[in-house]
Amino acid sequence: MIIEVRMKFPYMKMDPLEIAEKIKEKFPLEVVDVISFRDQVSIIVKKDKIIDICRYLHDDPELDFDHLRDLCGVDYLGKKEPRFEVVYHLYSVRHRHMIRINAQVPEDDPKIDSVISVWAGVNWHERECFDMFGIKFKGHPDLRRILLPEDWEGYPLRKDYPLKGPEKEWSGFAEVLEKAKKCREFDWEG
Amino acid sequence: MEKVEKILETRELNVNMGPQHPATHGVLRLVLDIDGETIVNVTPYVGYLHRGIEKLGESLTYFQGLPLTDRLDYVSAMSNNIGYVVAVERLFGIDPPERAKFIRTIVGELSRISNHLLWLATHALDIGAMTVFLYCFREREWILDLFEMICGARLTVTYPRVGGVRNDVSQEFLDSLYKFTEEFPTRIPEYETLIDKNRIWLKRTKGIGVISAEEAINWGLTGPTLRGSGVQYDIRKHTPYDAYDKVEFEVPIGTNCDTYDRYRCRMLEFRQSIKIIRQCMEKLPQGPVMADTPKFTLPPKDFILKDMEHLIHQFILITKGPTVPEGEIYVATEVPKGELGFYFVSDGTGKPYRMRIRAPSFIHASVLPRLCVGHLVADVIANIGTIDIVLGECDR
Amino acid sequence: MLIDTSTIGLVEVEEGTKVLPPNLIITSIDKVVNWSRLSSIWPVTFGLACCAIEMMAAGASHYDFDRFGIIFRGSPRQSDCVIVAGTVTKKMAPVLRRVFDQIPEPRYVVAMGSCACSGGIFRTYNTVQGCDTFLPVDVFVPGCPPRPETLMEGMILLQEKMRKEHARWSAWR
Repeated sequence: MIIEVRMKFPYMKMDPLEIAEKIKEKFPLEVVDVISFRDQVSIIVKKDKIIDICRYLHDDPELDFDHLRDLCGVDYLGKKEPRFEVVYHLYSVRHRHMIRINAQVPEDDPKIDSVISVWAGVNWHERECFDMFGIKFKGHPDLRRILLPEDWEGYPLRKDYPLKGPEKEWSGFAEVLEKAKKCREFDWEG
Repeated sequence: MEKVEKILETRELNVNMGPQHPATHGVLRLVLDIDGETIVNVTPYVGYLHRGIEKLGESLTYFQGLPLTDRLDYVSAMSNNIGYVVAVERLFGIDPPERAKFIRTIVGELSRISNHLLWLATHALDIGAMTVFLYCFREREWILDLFEMICGARLTVTYPRVGGVRNDVSQEFLDSLYKFTEEFPTRIPEYETLIDKNRIWLKRTKGIGVISAEEAINWGLTGPTLRGSGVQYDIRKHTPYDAYDKVEFEVPIGTNCDTYDRYRCRMLEFRQSIKIIRQCMEKLPQGPVMADTPKFTLPPKDFILKDMEHLIHQFILITKGPTVPEGEIYVATEVPKGELGFYFVSDGTGKPYRMRIRAPSFIHASVLPRLCVGHLVADVIANIGTIDIVLGECDR
Repeated sequence: MLIDTSTIGLVEVEEGTKVLPPNLIITSIDKVVNWSRLSSIWPVTFGLACCAIEMMAAGASHYDFDRFGIIFRGSPRQSDCVIVAGTVTKKMAPVLRRVFDQIPEPRYVVAMGSCACSGGIFRTYNTVQGCDTFLPVDVFVPGCPPRPETLMEGMILLQEKMRKEHARWSAWR
């Protein structure tokens, strides 16, 4: 049956900068930068040991980041190198603190390890990131397009993709237009 | 005997529940691999409503991007607007006035009730209880009339604005709202008598769609879908926004992790929402409804034609957009379906460099295979109803 | 024996329809067929996005659609028309065309909402700018979303269109 809970069990919310310090101690070579803006901290890391970092964040009892809120990609074309960043937003349900990890992914080798062994819910997020940016996730069981049709060409959320779509129409829709044109011009009386 | 056994062979069947289907709540396509009546695997295909809202948001200013959020979870448009507006306000670093916060809490809870009514209507209709559909729509029309009284629109409202709300509420609205809070609690038992202890309902929802608490957190579920599994996670309590830290309410939690408990959670949330609305109405302070920060919010219409400074501010804010500090921010709010998160990357101009929408329906749709495997075909429909997805949000 | 129509009391009810009380009506086949079609339009459920919610509200108890004879059917083979309610994306367009092709003649299309009429506020890479690029639309119902009363006005306009049809009842049209 439903119980309506009135008590809160004890939680230990850590300051985001302390969390960043802890990660910097454990992985000194991977952390590139720590940026703080409006009480939220982003930790910019290199992409090579992302699975180890994520497993440490998930398993450590003081940090206990068991809930992956969001995974997305950002394209910094022309603004900074490397071009892409894969952003992980993590939250701890027990301790109620949040952290953001930005993993840098270069343009000439857009591959990064998949963290599906740590959080199972990251499956569709990584598929969407691949669909929109073209970043491949190594170790993902089923990496194919999710929001756009499977044979679509191009990666829409990159900055060099036009908003209204490319000149050449997608083949599936071009077929529908062809068929509609033929039906319109068909001689019903003849 | 051997000959007979060789002739009788069984095979798995591939059934397509296409994007056009009365029970899939929008354009969701499921391919079911079934062995007899038992499901071996479910593959959902989404993207039939992908309109490119994230890319469109990058070419519009922060103010122009607000109507796009109405069309995300079109069943509870006010909550989406509140989520966007709270995120943008935190990015700008402004604070809305107290009256606006209370009004936003009231309309947020009204849209929670309206969302749960529609959820109950479609969930019950799919399982077979058709009367509940008509009853719930009758109540929902009342709430849509209230929305129309405030801002003129029923569904795609765009009423919460950056810095507050669009306009003040009239006394007529508050009187009708008071009558609503008096009468609605008498209607909830009507729905419960129809289905709560009904044998068919219990058979079709108890023990279906079971997922344990640790697994649910690992999969990223939020909202009543997660709370049905016994996890105490409600953003209104963890990181309160608007007026939620000034009102008292409880968050219903389930114990059995199945469809019936999620249904009970949402039914109890009706009563909690009415409680919150009553408290907000009692504590509603007087004052302005829009923040007085000329650099970030639009000035009131009366002053634009009279005062040069206001005219210049209005011109710059509309055409170029506000001057926003550079940085990234992620803010989450509790919409009726779960946790709606907005992640903004700002590069100093009036348009967001990257606008990312973390939609709860996207993650809930991904957990459908895990819930359905091993059950029967008819349970797929009950599972789609319990995770409460809306494809406009899932596909963006 | 032919009836002499000048001597018996025929009452002209409307142009082209004469009634001999109590139970004899003389009219043209066009009128009868058109009247029976417009009094029972059965659309196939094709709700895509926000407009689908307003379509459901129009079909529910407050703004009842059943009093016009409009019942929503699940299968295109058993329906007369399709109400395209919501944004049509390029991924969904082949599906919509296929559903439309399965509806038996005479069939009608009502484009409900700004997105179905012309693409709406979404001018992006995956949105079709109006379903009339690949479907023959009969009635456009604008609004974002249109109120249930607007959709009812759209269905009444469709009924007016059906009333004026000529010789759409034969196999060799």
